[in-house]
This record gives sequence, structure tokens and C-alpha cells, in this order.
Amino acid sequence: MFRKLLIANRGEIACRVIATARRMGIATVAVCSEADRQSKHVAMADEVVLIGPAPVAESYLMGAHIIDAALETGAEAIHPGYGFLSENPEFVDAVEAAGLTFVGPTADAIRAMGLKDAAKALMEKAGVPVVPGYHGAAQDAATLSDAAARIGYPVLIKARAGGGGKGMRLVEDADGFADALSGAQREAEASFGDPAVLVEKFIQNPRHIEIQVFGDQAGNVIHLFERDCSLQRRHQKVIEEAPAPGMTQEMRQAMGKAAVEAAKAIGYRGAGTVEFIVDGGNGLRPDAFWFMEMNTRLQVEHPVSEAITGLDFVELQLRIAAGEPLPVRQEDLGIDGWAFEARIYAEDVPAGFLPATGRIGHLDFGRTAEFGRAALRADSGVRAGDEISPYYDPMIAKLIAHGPDRASALAALGHALERVEITGIVTNTEFLGALTRDRDFAAGQVDTGMIGRGAGLNEERPDADSGVTLAGLLSLAGFLTPRDEIDPWARRDGWRAWSDGRHFARAVHDGAEAGHWITIMSGGRYHIDATNGAAEWLISSDGGNRYLLERDGRRRSVSVVRTEAGVSVFDRGRRYDFTPVDPLESRGAADAADDRLIAPMPGLVKRLNVSEGDEVTRGQPLLILEAMKMEHTLTAGFDGRVVDLAVEEGAQVQSGVSLMRLEPNDG
Amino acid sequence: MRLVSNISPGSDTFRRNQAAHAAALAEVKEAAEVAVQGGGEGPRERHLARGKLLPRDRVNRLLDPGAPFLEVGLFAAHGLYDGACPAAGMIAGIGRVEGQEVMIICNDATVKGGTYFPMSVKKHLRAQEIAAENHLPCIYLVDSGGANLPNQDEVFPDRDHFGRIFFNQANMSARGIAQIAVVMGSCTAGGAYVPAMSDVTIIVKEQGTIFLAGPPLVRAATGEVVTAEALGGGDVHTRLSGVADYLADDDAHALTLARQAVRGLNRTKPPQLATCAAEEPHYDPAEITGVVPADLKTPYDIREVIARLVDGSRFDEFKARYGTSLVCGFAHVMGLPVGIIANNGVLFSESAVKGAHFVELCSQRRIPLVFLQNITGFMVGQQYEAGGIARDGAKLVTAVATTSVPKITMIVGGSFGAGNYGMCGRAYAPRFLWTWPNSRISVMGGEQAAGVLATVKRDAIERKGGSWSAEEEAAFKQPTIEMFARQSHPLYAASRLWDDGIIDPRLSRDVLALSLSAALNAPIEETRFGVFRM
Repeated sequence: MFRKLLIANRGEIACRVIATARRMGIATVAVCSEADRQSKHVAMADEVVLIGPAPVAESYLMGAHIIDAALETGAEAIHPGYGFLSENPEFVDAVEAAGLTFVGPTADAIRAMGLKDAAKALMEKAGVPVVPGYHGAAQDAATLSDAAARIGYPVLIKARAGGGGKGMRLVEDADGFADALSGAQREAEASFGDPAVLVEKFIQNPRHIEIQVFGDQAGNVIHLFERDCSLQRRHQKVIEEAPAPGMTQEMRQAMGKAAVEAAKAIGYRGAGTVEFIVDGGNGLRPDAFWFMEMNTRLQVEHPVSEAITGLDFVELQLRIAAGEPLPVRQEDLGIDGWAFEARIYAEDVPAGFLPATGRIGHLDFGRTAEFGRAALRADSGVRAGDEISPYYDPMIAKLIAHGPDRASALAALGHALERVEITGIVTNTEFLGALTRDRDFAAGQVDTGMIGRGAGLNEERPDADSGVTLAGLLSLAGFLTPRDEIDPWARRDGWRAWSDGRHFARAVHDGAEAGHWITIMSGGRYHIDATNGAAEWLISSDGGNRYLLERDGRRRSVSVVRTEAGVSVFDRGRRYDFTPVDPLESRGAADAADDRLIAPMPGLVKRLNVSEGDEVTRGQPLLILEAMKMEHTLTAGFDGRVVDLAVEEGAQVQSGVSLMRLEPNDG
Repeated sequence: MRLVSNISPGSDTFRRNQAAHAAALAEVKEAAEVAVQGGGEGPRERHLARGKLLPRDRVNRLLDPGAPFLEVGLFAAHGLYDGACPAAGMIAGIGRVEGQEVMIICNDATVKGGTYFPMSVKKHLRAQEIAAENHLPCIYLVDSGGANLPNQDEVFPDRDHFGRIFFNQANMSARGIAQIAVVMGSCTAGGAYVPAMSDVTIIVKEQGTIFLAGPPLVRAATGEVVTAEALGGGDVHTRLSGVADYLADDDAHALTLARQAVRGLNRTKPPQLATCAAEEPHYDPAEITGVVPADLKTPYDIREVIARLVDGSRFDEFKARYGTSLVCGFAHVMGLPVGIIANNGVLFSESAVKGAHFVELCSQRRIPLVFLQNITGFMVGQQYEAGGIARDGAKLVTAVATTSVPKITMIVGGSFGAGNYGMCGRAYAPRFLWTWPNSRISVMGGEQAAGVLATVKRDAIERKGGSWSAEEEAAFKQPTIEMFARQSHPLYAASRLWDDGIIDPRLSRDVLALSLSAALNAPIEETRFGVFRM
């Protein structure tokens, strides 16, 4: 086994690999860009090498720098993680040329699967079913549209070198083909430097089911069952699960066999995933799955397969790369229960899934384990205080729930998502929670178009109830902060000898500023005159940031977190933000409302520029007052109309008198 | 050393005591509710309709969120003026603003337009006295029609009448004790000097007015017809006259500006005590009403009370074996060191001398004193007079009168005769004086007073050869007994501001801690005692 491993990646996957390496007694070397100097993966590794500035093209994609780093630090192997250089055959060649081990497949295997049309042809030859389609070299519009007509609409145009949904177009009928084609080609050119596309049959009720495979250097290949990744948004996976709902033993065997065939056809070694498109229209049938592509690396969603097989895939990768044989045989493998993974991203779902950036203030996934098999697992490459920058993938964490069956695992995922607390940044956590409550999804009726049709997006967001408002406002005003100084006056219980203290709390919540009277009663009881009704609550603390809210004998716990902007209250999977109002800032000083033009000193009206009824604009000179041999120009403070003009040119005026009034235009 | 209680909560006596205290407390609570309410529903509605905040909410919005408010004189004028002047028409008390303890004096315009009755003046002056003694910045939330004209003879002319308010403002300002006025309503005649005499004044536009003579008086005097706003509104005073410094949009804005003014005071509380970590008493303060007998005549061990007031119920008792009717010792209240002097029976020469010694100790060490007063008086009789009890009593009184350490008195039982003096009664200028609902205060007990009067009367009758039956004597004594009973009641006392207020005995620890901490705003000066009669 290697003594030292370099991880050519960042974020959660780098942390994930380091965790296993550490458990196996392998020293770790992290690489990082300038933006990542303080990152979690850097903190976890034994050594770190800075490889370039923040942009990935100048750092994490700089294969030569990474190989140098490995050679300098004495690392014997390089784990590529996913993304970046993980499926770059030239990098694999360079690694091997440097005398190092690449933890992954051979360059040839990557090349074989890298071009999708060639890969499909290869698979067809190996007897693996492929989606009817055109993968030819001729790229003229006529050939392609003929091919589309032959395959039958609807069809999908995809970039030949692509992935991740770029350069991909769905065409419903022949009329839309030309436009879609040129769009796809443009995107393909821009993203991959290759405008070539392929045309495929579009499956009406498509499900994305993939098979995890592992091959060793001796040519043994096993599969570790399937994952269903149908819950996608624009080809980006959102929630994955293993096994697939509705999967039959017959279908699983057929797909597993096909995947193993595919891997064997290219002499595959290490971890790989064979992706299939499955027609879920009439249940899963062994004749209705087709090869899509093979990912020659560890997948983001590998933890769900780890959960149901009990294996550590990174450990398997490392053992295979070190030349060890597969430690398990196909017939030894079984499926233990069910697992889900939800990807928590920094993105603004209501705003159309816009990627968000910012600094994470507070990060808490509740009772979860990290990077290892557990009923609840949260794999994250960031910590509180870390920044989600525009340079890298905005994924914050993967939350993995494992249970004895699908319903319990899904319920566990739902609960775990409700317990997630992140401040400082917008996340998709509430959307993920809504998906776990989607009826079709819960029933196992999944397909890749669900989110596009609104799954998880139509749930009404409940308003903060008066208890949440109370907790937010009290925290904002410092009530819930424990104090231990020797100062009887520091108490915040509104102490009075004969009455209850009251606090008027103002805050911005849900975009609106509101003020509420809170009566502070004895024994941790508070009464709030909230907009949605007056209510009395008993609030007690667990000593940390969780508070019990009790009313009418019903009790629940919320989490109250102070943020840079104010306070966030987490209640049953929702985050409610309260930000303070500066009472002096929020009001126009009384003077601003003064509509009179006042003489600042006694003097002579040297010149009068306006007459009664004139419209004037802000800053316009209205009159010149001469006093103490100085000329003072008085200007309009705001747009308006001159009224009550009280002076004329040549008049002597006293200090402080009103010279005229301005009637504001806005009424 | 931790005190050990000999009382079992839940015993019959304990429950009987609790029930008796609860009855006394209920009477006071009823009075407190009336006082807290201020004016009736009508005036309150009209006040709100003008866009004004109710006086208590003004105070609430001035204070730091959730800050305590130690109110003084809540029961002032209770039962006086036919009940026309609840809380004497004003709220006064110490609260925290921007992290600093301040004295807030807030007129209640829902009570007779906030006009000053005699007790209002007394309460205002007492609040200022507390501010002056404890170096507390004053914030006046002004909304008052000035002197209550039907009572002008008891409000205007004397030394401790209306004019003293401004005298105090000037002198506090001179001593660096900030004077801040927020004009939230009328400020008429003499009242106009409250904002004018303040260091900083804020006025609410189109609501606050300041003038020496209001529009009716101006019209009567000169015939000039002018509106209140044009005569002395916020605009006039912040723009033309300079009587006010900040113009506020409304009550809430004005109170925010007042908080801003306090923030800018550049003031720190001097650290002057060796504090320790605060600790709850070992015995629950809520048990106090069960351990203290309801009947003042029933003796009990005052240590049972001390154990329910002090940190960890720990008490370093001084001279425990000597002069045992006065308990003296050191303890902490919410981390603050105190010397406690508490009655455990009638005062003898030894107890008085021991008390004087203990006051000297605390003065030397600059430790604040707490007096727990439950005293029928000094021991009487030939033996004691000959033994010089007046001489020894004088030592205690001298020590108590002249020490410079903060003194806080709590009347937990009787306060009779010269015992009141030795135990730091009102005349001995404790920084704060609080009473319990079961307490009684008078020159002597009603029975004793009636007995004295009856003896004098019987002597006179018998000297003339007449006779006086027991029935006649009893009938003679009855009015005196009744008068004493009425006048020694804590509500009677609090109504006349002989003290700073009645408190729930179970809150004594909180009240003591807040009072002590507030007192520490003023530096503890070196003591110079008077001549002790030896």
C-alpha cells in the first residue's frame, strides 16, 4: 500500500479521500489554490502544496503543477477525486510517466469512454443495449435532421464531447430541430471546443439508473448494484438513492451484467459508473434500459452505494490502485436497506436556482457522522466561516440517510434536512426538504422530469409563527444570551417589583419592518402582540443555541443563531431571518420633513429667483441672502412647488423666519 | 459559613405564615395595580389617541431591552386626595439605558394632566435625591401641566417644594450628573424650567410645548392670541429659542434620541468592591414568607431571613456570642460584599456597642451596609438607664448617621421608637429604604401609646379623687389604638413617602442587589465619624 497519497482535488471529495487515507494509515498531501489556503481539505491533510491562483484553469487543472507537488512531497499516488483532472487521459499518462500511480482507470479506458458516440458504438459491439441514435461523423444539418426523423421524435441533441447538460437540447418535433441544433452546436463549441453533436431518441418517462462497478488489475469486475438518480434538475442530480425504486431482481441482474460487460470491454479498473437511461413508463423491464455513458471515476453520489453495501469505495480504489485484488466477489455482495443522498447547494431556489456565494456563518448538520457509514452522514468540504466563492462548485454538503427500507430512509432524510442549519448564505435545503415530502417521489414514482414539472417547488412556505417571531426578536435584543458577569442590572428578564416588563421589538422579517410589544412575564414566559395574533409562550434554553418553545401544552425545539446580519431561527426545516432596525436611521429626521426655507441669519434678500407657484428641483438656487458682506445662496432641499412666498427682493429678514415653503411633488 | 435553617417548609406554621403574608401582600398588590394603571380608561384612551405612548411604555422604550426597573414611590399618594393621584402622577425609578443605571422621572399626563400634587413634588425630589446620592444621570420624560393649582400652597413656596426641583437640577449638573429632558407634552410655567435647566433637551414636534405662560394666561395678560405650538412648540424651541436641542418626530424617536444622549455621556461605573461569583442562596428566597411569623409579636431568628437573601446562604457572623439581640456579619448579595445588621430582639447596650463596632468595620473597609429592621426599641428600665443604654444607643446612632458607606434599609417587621434611628430609619439617609407588607412603623406600639395616654389620664382623674373604670379606660384607649394601627400600616407609610416602596418579601434579594449596585455608581467616600459618647 502507498505510504503517501496526493489528492488532486478540493472540497468535500478531497476531505472524503483524506478521511479514508488517514484511517488506512496513509499520509496525505493536499493541493490548493490561493483561494483555498484556509480550506477544510487543507486543514485535514498532513501536507499541502500551493499550486496556483484561484481560477481552476490555473490551479486544479494544472496537471504539471500537481505532478510536481507529488514528486516534491514524495507522494506515490494521486487520487483525482471527481471533476477537474479525474477523466483526463493526458493527465493519467503524465502521472504514470512521472513514475507515480494514478488512482483510477487507465488512460485508454478513459479515452474509450470519453467520446460518447464512440463509447456507444463500442458498447453496442459488446452487446450492451444503447439508445437508438445517430453518432456519425457527418455533422451537416441535413444528415442530422434525417437521423432525427429516422429515430423518431422527440429526440435529444447532445454535445459529443459533453456532459453536465451543456450543449444538450430536447427537440419535440421537426420544426424545432434547426434552431435547437445550432444552439447545441454553439454551446458545445463554447464549452468543449468541439461543436460535434449526436442525436438520440428521447425517452418519455426516463429514469436515470446507474450501476456502480469496480474492476481490479487482474481483470475481475464486480458491480455494486444500482443507484437511481432520476431526481434531477436540468441534468443536475438533486437527490439520489440506492437501490432504485421498483427494481426487480431480474432487471438488476440484467443491468448489472450489462455494466460488467461494458467495463470488461474496455479493461476497466478502479471505480466506475455505467449510466443507463430507463423507460419507467410501464414499470422497470429488462428490455427497456439503454447505455448512456460511463463515468470513469468515483461519483459524487457514491455514499448511497457505500451505505447499502457497507464498503468504503475510496479504500477499494486505493487497494486496486496498489495492485491488490478485489476483496469481495459478486456473490458475496448483498443490499442492506436503502439510502438517499441530498445535495445541499448554495443556490437561491425561488430566484430560479441562481448560484449563491457568501461566507458561511453557522453550519450544523445535527447528529451526523462524516465520511463514513452511518445512519445519517454529512459529507462536507466547508466549515463555519468558510466562503462559497464563485470560483468553485457551490456544493456545501451531501446529506446521506440510511434506513432499513425506502420509506424510513426517506423519512430520515427529511428529518435530517429539517435539522440542517446554515446561515450567511442562501441554500436549497428547504427545497430538498419539500422534495422528500413530494407524494410521487415518496411513492417511488420518479422520473427525470419531476422537478421540471414543479416537484418540491410548489410547497407553501409557512409564515413564522408567533413563537418563532418571539424567539427571533428576543435573541436580536440580547435576551437569550446568558450572562455571568457580576452585575445585577445585567439581567434581561424585565424585572419589576409590581408589574411585568415590556420590550418593544423592531425588526425586518420577510422583507417588512414590524414592531411588536413583548411582555416579559416571570419564569421564562413571554407574551407577544404578533401580527398573526397575540400569544403567550414559555421559552427555555438547552444551554446552547436550541430553545424549547411551549404553548398550550405543546412544545417544540427551534434553533436560534446569531448571524452577521441579525438572527436566524430554524424551525422544522425552515430558516426565518430577523435583522435589526436602527431606529434613528429608519426615520427621516424631523428636519428633513421641514418644508420651509428658513433664513439662517438676518440679512438682505439680494436676489429672488422664484415666484409663488414655481416648480423647483432639488438643489436649485431660490434666493440669495446678503449678510455680513457675504452672499448666501439658499437652495431647494427637494423637488416641489413654491408656496407661501413671504419675501421680495430687497427685503430685510430676521434670522429663523420662514422665507417660503416648498410643497413636495410626491404629495 | 453556611447558615443552617431550622424551619421545615411545609409545616403547619410555615403554611400559616405564608397564608398571612399572602393576605398582607394581596392588599398591597391591589394598591400597586391601581398605581401602575395611572389615570383611568378615559384619559388613557385620549392620551393614546394623540399618538402618545402611555407613560409606562415610554419608560419601557427608553430602557435597554429587558432591563430591570427599580421603581421608587409607586405607592405615593395612595389613599390621598380622594385617590385622585395614583402614584402621585408620575413614574420614578432606576433603570438601565445604554448599559448605565439612570434615574427616570416620567410624568403621567393621564393623572390630572400630570400636574404636581404635594406628594408629586415630594416624590420628584426623592427621586432626584436618589440620583444625587448615587450619581445617577436623570432623564425627565416631561408631560405635565405644572403645579396643581388647588394645592398651590403645599406645592410652591417651601424649601422642599417645586422650586427645589430646579435647584437640584442645577446642582446635580454642577456635580457632573447629567440632566436630560425629553419634552413629550406640556411643560408649563415652572415646569418649563425642567427642560430649560437640563444639559440636553429633546422635544417632540407638534406635541411637546414649553412656555412660562400658556396661551390662556398670555391672552389674559396681554391679549395676544397664539396657539400652543406657535408659542412654545418643538419647532420654535429647536429653531428659534434654543430652549431645546433635538427635534423628534414622535415619542419613539424622542426616546431613541434620549438613549443616544446617554450613550454619549462618557461615564463609567467605578469598580470599588472586591466581588465574587454570584451564587443563589442555599435556601430558596421564596420561603421567606413561610419562615417569618405574620404576627410581629412572635420572635424568630432573623438568620432564617439572612439565609434566604445572601449568596450560598453563607454568613460570616461577627461577635456571634456577644450582644446577641443584634446580628452582624459579612455576606455577599449577587456577588457584592455587604455587611448585614439585623435585629434579633430588643436592643441592649451590648448589642448597640457591637453594632457601632460593626459599622466602623464596614466603614473602614468601605463595605456597603444592609439593615434588616425588626425592632421594638431599646431596652427600658432603671437598670438599663443606669447602665447607660442611651449612651450606647447614641454610639450606634452616631456610627449609622455618619458612615459614608452606602446604607440600604429593609423594614422586615416592626420599626418603633429609637430603634428606627439606630437601625437606619428614613432620617438616617439610607440610599434606599424598602418595607415589607407585614411591617409596621410608629413612634411606639399602639397598645403602649394608648397605655401611656391612659396612665396620664388615670393619674389626673385619680388626683382629683375621681375614679375610672376598666371599661372607660378601654373605651379611651380604643381610638388611639386604632389610629396607630392605621398610621403604622406600610401603605400609609409608603403613601407619604416615608420609604421608597413596599416590596414582596420574596423579591428582597433582587431589590437589595439592584439597590446596592445602583448605589455603587457613586464613589464610596472615606468616613469621618462624630464623637462617640464613651
